[in-house]
Amino acid sequence: MRISMGAVVPGGTSLEYKTGSWRDQQPVLNMELCKKCGMCESVCPDSAVHEKSEIYRIDYDYCKGCGLCAYECPANAIQMIPEEK
Amino acid sequence: MDTTEVLEGSEAVALAVQACCPQVISAYPISPQTHIVEALARMVANGDLNSQYVRVESEFSAASVVSGASAAGSRAYTASSSQGLLLMTEVLYASAGMRLPFVMTGVNRAISAPITIQVDHQDTISLRDAGLIQLYVESSQEAYDMHIAAFKIAEDPRIMLPVLVCMDGWILTHSYERVSCLSQEQVDRFLPPFQPENFLDVNDPKSWGSYAEEDVLMEFKYAVQKAMQYSKGRITEISSELATITGRDHGGLIEAYRTTDAEVILLAMGSVVGTIKETIDKLRSQGERVGLIKIRCYRPFPFEDILKNIKEAKVIAVLDANVSVGSEGAVGMDLKAKLCGRPGVPLVIDFIAGLGGREVNEDRIVEIVEKAQELGKSGLPLDESYWVGLNPEIVP
Repeated sequence: MRISMGAVVPGGTSLEYKTGSWRDQQPVLNMELCKKCGMCESVCPDSAVHEKSEIYRIDYDYCKGCGLCAYECPANAIQMIPEEK
Repeated sequence: MDTTEVLEGSEAVALAVQACCPQVISAYPISPQTHIVEALARMVANGDLNSQYVRVESEFSAASVVSGASAAGSRAYTASSSQGLLLMTEVLYASAGMRLPFVMTGVNRAISAPITIQVDHQDTISLRDAGLIQLYVESSQEAYDMHIAAFKIAEDPRIMLPVLVCMDGWILTHSYERVSCLSQEQVDRFLPPFQPENFLDVNDPKSWGSYAEEDVLMEFKYAVQKAMQYSKGRITEISSELATITGRDHGGLIEAYRTTDAEVILLAMGSVVGTIKETIDKLRSQGERVGLIKIRCYRPFPFEDILKNIKEAKVIAVLDANVSVGSEGAVGMDLKAKLCGRPGVPLVIDFIAGLGGREVNEDRIVEIVEKAQELGKSGLPLDESYWVGLNPEIVP
């Protein structure tokens, strides 16, 4: 790979950088406790929580493990567990 | 046809910038830079210059505006001094890394504290490591010519770096001298339109300065270093190309003045060079073998050109209008670092001269030459820089 002058890259290429590798705590969502309020999706600073048909899923490619979703979840449906690699 | 007028230095710079037709100008007023951007604002307001003049609330924003404008493919210009240049610093490092070729004038002024408006080179020297090409001028005429060259240097497809043209505050910006200006046709023939390969475009989105980690950051920095090294040849070529148009040859990266057979060579940059030349002429008429190397381009450092012109020299007296506190003057350090380890090189003595507007007149230059001759006989370097005209008795 040759680098570009001025680190110029096409738009949207930040998706290729999987920042999930930075994580040392992993959020685990218990769907049985989830009230589907969407708080986790709103507070995630990396837009790494996605909802489809009222099912919430954490995208571990980009989740950095900050724990905001677990802290804010009103149903305590998200637990932070140590990341294992 | 070109025209010759008696112009204030700031007006000369404004006319040069006007002739280069920057699409975006942004600046925040600070003495002694203000007259330049006031003149440009007047040209825009009067319809004599078709530029977007963006008024901002700080120098940080001024640098950010020209950085963004340059990324969008516009020729852009800003100017500042002293604290203003320091406030721009973060943006300027990023701009060099993003390879954004705008031109700015650094009107030299000392750095607070204590607060002062007087001239020295501490402000632009503080930007030494940012990745900006740094050019210094001796006169308002050279400032005019250098600004026109600066856009061409910056926008060279293999350089693509911001260029900082440094000129001494007050001494150049606020004094009047005869300045010849080129015609618009002459400037247009010399300076092609700015057409970068990459530019911000809503239909083809791109990011500048994207994230880099330990696997590539070093290569990005080396690319800037390579561009700087490459620019040495282009700056020389562009300077002589302009000289054939103007009929005025200010030199390339340096100007060597009466250095052939010189035993003592002064190394200096900025307006003090004019005084040094006059002093050298007088000393030469008395039989002293004294010469001068004027640094026109400080970054990249023109070591090879200096080396070619110091063959006979026993001592090089470097005049530094700055000090890297805790070490010595920046230009002296650069030269010593490059000479170190080479056989038969001259002794280098660093003189701190002209801080905060302290006058460097003929007497002081003679004092420097005599001190250099005396130290040259002993052959021993000084442990510290020699502070010219210092009154140590008033220092607590």
